[in-house]
Amino acid sequence: MPLLIKHGRLIDPATNYDVVADILIEGGIIKKIAPKINRSCDELIDATNKVVVPGLIDMHTHLREPGREDEETIQSGTRAAAKGGFTTICCMPNTDPPIDDPSLVEFIYQEAEREGSVEVLPIATISKAREGKNLSPMGRLKKAGAVAFSDDGDWVADSHLMRRALEYVKMLTLPLISHCEDRRLSQDGVMNEGYISTVLGLKGMPKEAEEVALSRDLALCQMTESLLHVAHLSTANGVELIRKAKVSGVRVTTEVTPHHFTLTDREVKSFDTNTKVNPPLRGKRDVETLKEGLKDATIDVIATDHAPHLVEEKEKEYSAAPFGVVGLETALGLVIKELVQTGTLTLMEAIAKLTINPARVLRINRGLVKEGARANLTIFDLEKKWLVTEDGFFSKSNNSPFLGWELPGKVEWTIVGGKVVYQDD
Amino acid sequence: MVFKRKDLLGMEDLSKEEILFILKTAESFREVLERPIRKVPTLRGKTVVNLFFEPSTRTRMSFELAEKRLNADVLNFSASNSSVVKGETLLDTARNILAMKVDCLVLRHPTPGTPHLLAKKLPVSVINAGDGAHEHPTQALLDLYTIRERKGDVEGLKIVIIGDIAHSRVARSNIWALQKLGAEVRVCAPPTLIPPLVEKMGVKVFYSPEDALKEVDIVMMLRIQKERQNTGLLPSLSEYIELFSLTEERLGLAKDDALIMHPGPVNRGVELPAKLADGKRSVILNQVTNGVAVRMAVLYLLLGKS
Amino acid sequence: MAKLMDKDEIRRSLLRLSHQILEKNREIEDLVVVGIHRRGVTLAERISKMIEEIKGKKLPTGTLDITLYRDDLTRIAYQPVVRNTNILFPIDDKKVVLVDDVLYTGRTVRAAIDALIDFGRPKKIELVVLIDRGHRQLPIRADYVGKNIPTSPEEMVEVRVEELDGTDEVLILKRT
Repeated sequence: MPLLIKHGRLIDPATNYDVVADILIEGGIIKKIAPKINRSCDELIDATNKVVVPGLIDMHTHLREPGREDEETIQSGTRAAAKGGFTTICCMPNTDPPIDDPSLVEFIYQEAEREGSVEVLPIATISKAREGKNLSPMGRLKKAGAVAFSDDGDWVADSHLMRRALEYVKMLTLPLISHCEDRRLSQDGVMNEGYISTVLGLKGMPKEAEEVALSRDLALCQMTESLLHVAHLSTANGVELIRKAKVSGVRVTTEVTPHHFTLTDREVKSFDTNTKVNPPLRGKRDVETLKEGLKDATIDVIATDHAPHLVEEKEKEYSAAPFGVVGLETALGLVIKELVQTGTLTLMEAIAKLTINPARVLRINRGLVKEGARANLTIFDLEKKWLVTEDGFFSKSNNSPFLGWELPGKVEWTIVGGKVVYQDD
Repeated sequence: MVFKRKDLLGMEDLSKEEILFILKTAESFREVLERPIRKVPTLRGKTVVNLFFEPSTRTRMSFELAEKRLNADVLNFSASNSSVVKGETLLDTARNILAMKVDCLVLRHPTPGTPHLLAKKLPVSVINAGDGAHEHPTQALLDLYTIRERKGDVEGLKIVIIGDIAHSRVARSNIWALQKLGAEVRVCAPPTLIPPLVEKMGVKVFYSPEDALKEVDIVMMLRIQKERQNTGLLPSLSEYIELFSLTEERLGLAKDDALIMHPGPVNRGVELPAKLADGKRSVILNQVTNGVAVRMAVLYLLLGKS
Repeated sequence: MAKLMDKDEIRRSLLRLSHQILEKNREIEDLVVVGIHRRGVTLAERISKMIEEIKGKKLPTGTLDITLYRDDLTRIAYQPVVRNTNILFPIDDKKVVLVDDVLYTGRTVRAAIDALIDFGRPKKIELVVLIDRGHRQLPIRADYVGKNIPTSPEEMVEVRVEELDGTDEVLILKRT
């Protein structure tokens, strides 16, 4: 069934186009893009004064299925993604059981096919059972459809294993995604180590835990000439290290989450456990440097690290609560509020971090709007504001530090394969 | 002035006026403790629950005595973390207790922020009796009371806190309290026991008692826990004692009328030799007595209103 | 607003009360005076001084703050400030002359009696007030009264003393 999107402001970072255009979709494909398309269609979207972008891609989410379907399922997580304007998401393998076997990769695809609102691309583990001891069957995992490998939640502490893993993936040309944290430095920590942790008497996780782990990973990546993607970068020195590595030709990419470029560890003073994340919220200088890193392209991607947890789990003493916050539904709004409206990034640059850039890291044919491409599109109102409320989440969980915030950039339509999977009423 | 708070969670947010008001109120209660009948009917009909998730005999006894002297009914709940292990969360435990219609929770817990969580979620008054390494406001208040009792005014005094600053709620609460009243605060410990960026709290950091004790008016010693030597923070307790305990010689560097304080219990022979702990410069026992009066004042100010 | 007593009338009343106390208590060996905060304290000091001038002996005089004993504590929307209670002499087996400025519902005196009993076992407690304005809510009566003034509940009786208010006078005001 053909779908016509009329008169939207099309922003396509892959081609740098910023034009008002009509888009015709048929058979799940973008059929035609032109200033004016005269075609009567049953399905018509009037996108006047709205922004039309390639469907957003989130390469770092936790869907909790299998194992913790109480916190989130592929169904609820993808609904949340659709509401947030994401048409393709990657789910991390730290489920129960972890995704370290081709059958589990297939499970994710099947479940997404049955229940999912958007495309789900599974990330498989680097090590068997995420134990950090032996390599998981990465070749067969890729064959089953895994798009990257990560032991996210943990750093591969065994440097020998990490070296071999980096070497091994070279033949698969898929990236290794590293959660850079030397646990022996950050052990028992619950927030950033700094002045605030001193005042609050909470055990801190020093920035050096990330920097030390990152340095090692960069050295090994350079040594093996492999592909490394650094997850949730949070420190100023981390940005520096990656900048230098890129200049030296190391094939590294990195991502940052909206909460890391918006909030600092000052927020922890409220003892609200929705400020408890790993890596932790850092200091002002880190936030500023992360923004600079986005601007000068040291940081390639914005990813949410969407980590749902139940109210009962979060409503505890700070040290007992689990790490993580949800992010799919607030990401675009925060990108616009904190990066575009402040002038740090242009809208084109910002959208790139959510579309063509992650697509390139993952080597998938997405994140662009052109004739013949799959019709994954997001339409949003740049100015329209909405309130983040406890009950407003499509995710099963609402553990967000942004409750009560007013965010711009309300998503109005999310289209996957030519089908409207989300529409704002 | 009027004390408007529902809870007492820490010293960081109290104003100088509030602190002085609490101390003034404590004076009246101190007088009650000197009477033949050491009781007043003020909190008759109110129920206070001492919810202690960390073992503590002294603080709990002090609170219990304060509560009883005000004629309140007292409930003691010593949860080891086992009820939490059994699956009952902290909030559940608190809600269950509240369902029995109590008026106030006095909470001691090993994790910072726990009293704040309960204060936010529950309608009753919450008194922080120590939340991990974060704050212990009634201790700081009784320390202030004791200092003022002997020295008159805190303003301009030089005070040094010697001990495991990194893990000490007594240190943190006192740092706020003493500075709000105009004292100069010094902290002294080996670098591994000094928390990062503590200078930003306004204190001067010393790694040697010989430097830290020069000309001070008050020496506040903190307990050092044996466990610290097992976690890479100290090579051994004996080395700590050699370098940091309060000896007569070191005390000699302070002013002649300098006072020795300690939140208790004292590890005799570790932080302090018994001679100094029991000597006439020590006000450690005064701290204990004043503790009851200060806690009576806090209970009165939080609960003695509609 | 009306003035019920001026400085001179107050002085004469207190003098008469002092004489009445001494007439009833021939033996002053075991007599002590306790004033109830705030203005009862001032009046107690004056009475004590007058007795000293008459008998040549200063009676032990103390101050009592009854805030912690009030029965309407829970109905007050703020905490009243707790003032100092100073009874630096034993009251066991003593005759206590309790002094207050105005006797109204009787609740303050009830609280004062409870407080005194917590201090010890007095042999006897007698009450002297400058003004009795009626409307008792408890079975309390004064042994010595400066002046009886019938009032309505809409009115307020204020005793002002030089030491605290700059002038000596007794006023009756409409409650606003």
